[in-house]
Amino acid sequence: MEHKKLNLTLKVWRQHGPKTPGCFVTYPIAVSPDTSFLEMLDEINNELEKKGKEPIAFESDCREGICGTCGLVINGQPHGPIPRIATCQLHMRNFKDGDTIYIEPFRAKAFPIIKDLIVDRSPMDRIMEAGGFISVNTGSVPDGNAIPIAKEIASEAMDAASCIGCGACVAACKNASAMLFVSAKVSQFALLPQGKPERYQRVEAMVKVMDEYGFGSCSNTYACEAECPKGVSVKNIARMNREYFMSKIKG
Amino acid sequence: MGWVWKSLNSSIGKKLVMAVTGVALMLFLIIHLAGNLSLYGGSKAFNGYVGLLEMIKPLIRVIEVILALVFIFHIINGVRLWIENKIARPQGYTINGSRKNTDVFSRTAFITGSIVFIFLILHLQTIWYKFNYSGTELDLYTITTEWFTHWWYSLLYLIAIVLLGFHLNHGFQSAFQTFGWNSKKYFPLIEKLGTIYAIIMTLGFGSIPIYLYFFGGK
Ligand code: SF4
Ligand code: FES
Repeated sequence: MEHKKLNLTLKVWRQHGPKTPGCFVTYPIAVSPDTSFLEMLDEINNELEKKGKEPIAFESDCREGICGTCGLVINGQPHGPIPRIATCQLHMRNFKDGDTIYIEPFRAKAFPIIKDLIVDRSPMDRIMEAGGFISVNTGSVPDGNAIPIAKEIASEAMDAASCIGCGACVAACKNASAMLFVSAKVSQFALLPQGKPERYQRVEAMVKVMDEYGFGSCSNTYACEAECPKGVSVKNIARMNREYFMSKIKG
Repeated sequence: MGWVWKSLNSSIGKKLVMAVTGVALMLFLIIHLAGNLSLYGGSKAFNGYVGLLEMIKPLIRVIEVILALVFIFHIINGVRLWIENKIARPQGYTINGSRKNTDVFSRTAFITGSIVFIFLILHLQTIWYKFNYSGTELDLYTITTEWFTHWWYSLLYLIAIVLLGFHLNHGFQSAFQTFGWNSKKYFPLIEKLGTIYAIIMTLGFGSIPIYLYFFGGK
């Protein structure tokens, strides 16, 4: 079924490099409601390239909500108006004919803009390197059920592990805090027996790196959970706080 | 003890300072309100209550110092967090989506706190300082009820109390979250308790200026 095209006005943040000032550039476009948000940007870029103009720089990889690279702030909301999806899963049918859509990059001191809509999210990788792993000698694959884990615990760990590291929590938080991301990573290990031996070193190391990169401090507004494409719960933040206090008490 | 200081200066440590001082202040408010309600009993009841406190003056002085420290830590830490958090996002968004992903209570905690702080100064100056240090011969009941005959004073007080209610509604559940006491089972209950607490405080403190302004506390 062929749908009527939507006439939209896009205001896209264009910025040549990290140090140059940016501004919004207006692009009128008519798109099919079946187009995905990123496909719409592709269409604009095709047009721009045809005219010999520089295309809009934005990131994407999997385009199915698992790699976490595609985050954009759409009308003030990371990943757009629909909850629990990534930008790549957003479709234009969620917008109305005549809408004006502001497209901005994630904004945080810890996420400097590289170009246009692309930001440097590598501080999240540095946080992972500080403790987002378990130290075991590799060998043959261990037997799946060698360590029994209660279903509830396994599910909770899985929920935390569903974080795709997109950084929308940082983008959504008025304090640009990375607590939801870091707490998801701390939790996925702290819940499971394999992660327990290093739990206290882990939380201290990850929080330390998080603070060094200049992410803000959490003030419990829970914007992160509301905007997280995977619905990672702020209960993980509570768990990380507990882990952190215990690490301090136990030394 | 260097590690304590260092830990309290981490992002999680700063939350903890906010929560611990906040809980202390919330407990203080309960006692403060309980005492204030004796205003409804008229001059005798209220001054009687004040007399009780006067009898344990040295202890009250110690509590006042502790309370002042708690207030100062809560305020300085809050201001510091606000400044640091502004620095963490040097450039804001053109479209502000915060209405869609946060509630008004947590979003405005700094603003409501700031206004309550201004009120606190006025409150201390006009009542606490006047009674204790201005060399007045008047009793506390007379001082207090006198102020509330001015409509602007009563109104200011009322506005500050409503905003305090907003602040508390955020603070109560927020403290539990910070302590790490958040579980699926009882957190909804904590949020409800927090709202009930905030409403009781707002109605309790807020009814006093209305009562005193309209009925003069006779
Ligand atoms: S917690 Fe959610 S919003 Fe934050 S990085 Fe992970 S998936 Fe993205
Ligand atoms: S492109 Fe991979 S999550 Fe959107």
